[in-house]
Amino acid sequence: MQLYLPIAEVAVNAYALIGIGGLVGFLSGLFGVGGGFLITPLLFMIGVPPGVAVATGANQVVASSISGVLAQLKRKAVDFRMGAVLLAGGLIGSAIGIWVFARLTAIGQVDLFVQLAYVLFLGVVGAMMMQESLRALWRARRAGAAQIRRAHVHTWVHGMPLKMKFRASGLYISVIPPLTIGAFVGFLSAVMGVGGGFIMVPAMIYLLGMPTKVVIGTSLFQIIFTTAFTTVMHAVSSQSVDIMLALLLILGGVVGAQFGARFGVRLKAEQLRILLAGMVLLVCFKVALDLVLTPAELYSIAPMALP
Amino acid sequence: MKRLILALLLLLPLPGAAEEIVAGLSQSSVSITADYAGSEILIYGAVKREAPIAPGRGLRVIITVEGPRLPIVVRRKERSWGIWMNDDRLRPGPVPSFYAVASSAPLDVALLPEEDLRRAITLPRILRGEDNTAQPFLDAVERIGRAEGRYFVQENSIALTEETLFRTDVGLPSDLTEGNYTVRLFLTREGRVIDEVKRTIWVRKAGLERFLYEAAHQWPLLYGLASLMLAGLAGWGAAALFARLRW
Repeated sequence: MQLYLPIAEVAVNAYALIGIGGLVGFLSGLFGVGGGFLITPLLFMIGVPPGVAVATGANQVVASSISGVLAQLKRKAVDFRMGAVLLAGGLIGSAIGIWVFARLTAIGQVDLFVQLAYVLFLGVVGAMMMQESLRALWRARRAGAAQIRRAHVHTWVHGMPLKMKFRASGLYISVIPPLTIGAFVGFLSAVMGVGGGFIMVPAMIYLLGMPTKVVIGTSLFQIIFTTAFTTVMHAVSSQSVDIMLALLLILGGVVGAQFGARFGVRLKAEQLRILLAGMVLLVCFKVALDLVLTPAELYSIAPMALP
Repeated sequence: MKRLILALLLLLPLPGAAEEIVAGLSQSSVSITADYAGSEILIYGAVKREAPIAPGRGLRVIITVEGPRLPIVVRRKERSWGIWMNDDRLRPGPVPSFYAVASSAPLDVALLPEEDLRRAITLPRILRGEDNTAQPFLDAVERIGRAEGRYFVQENSIALTEETLFRTDVGLPSDLTEGNYTVRLFLTREGRVIDEVKRTIWVRKAGLERFLYEAAHQWPLLYGLASLMLAGLAGWGAAALFARLRW
């Protein structure tokens, strides 16, 4: 069924949109990532202009994150306190990010910067996660049940001042690391146009030592606010949110997120991390390939904003 | 419709020697609604003349349909340090968002280059750069436009009957830009344009599409909050529904 989108100004297949929403929602519920880094290229593939894809993708992520958080909430797997601290850092970071983005746009190299940032961060984060989780899986298989279970590993992070109790995560740590991580992710999401879940999730697991099960819900909780802010910003500044497109993506997304959350319960934490690492590395590889391979068309056309 | 053309023909006065075009469109407005998936415009007409048909001199019809012109930026990628990045760019000024050319004979037969130069009929003529540095960019605009189906040339697609009646179909794509589409009809003899007529097709969003578009541009904050509300409701609704299912 073809449907004409009022803001994107293209006619697209309605079922394809529901399918894309469902796929991204599933991953969102499963891993606690917003899926912004997947939805933008997918929408672009079926002919939606990039500007509309980024803005409307953010709106869809709000819906699937809410759906995902509510599913996690029933399992008490959301650390609201940690989420709030991360969010506070995130707001500071995104304010800086928006400023940097404007400067890069003026120079005309935003695309390149975004692609390089993708390759760098996805590559590093994916490789680290893959290596760690494979090792954990291998160790678990070898040692069996005889292994000593520790809630988390103590690192230099735990020696900082301004300590705070995070009950849901079972942590008593300084607020400086979560604030810093939040700011860093907020900065990246403003510049790269993504929610930042794929950086936030590993950072929470490895840097803060939060249990994997709590990480997903907390990350989603934080993403709701970041992407809601982004959606309104885009709607006001560039009128690029397509509500018709959003509706179809959301229909697929909220259902997908429920299935993802349900499916995630059945997987072991290590398996979950391996899957996420694999997906992150795959996207990284694709973006890197685009940078290196000779493009079929060297020229590109972009609409110029009327002054 | 045939009857209409016939009636028009019978009403024509006879004295004089000039040949003129009389033209009509199957529809002079296109409404883009939610289920819009492209449309075919029938362009028809007749050659009105006041003398018997001059024999043996090539009479041709050329029709162009031009969408609203929009300003664009064209960028070229260049390899540096092993990666492809945008290097050079051109702002060619407004270019047509849609351009179709139909003719009753191959264009090099139907049209002399100097007539093309004067009236800018063919695609390469419309996208002509001021100098050699701009031309590769404009060639790319034409190439990409053709690949996306926004620019096309249909030679020999106009049926010209008895050197008098003609008709053709021009397909408008589904990803249409709002605005006025200009239809130009040229009558040529041995490549020289002897008459030109202009018509306009109004392309407008209608119904829900119109409402949403207006809302997004006139009340952007409200529109943004409404999008969020939709997202919130859908997210909560799905969670509540699935919780009730207890699966």
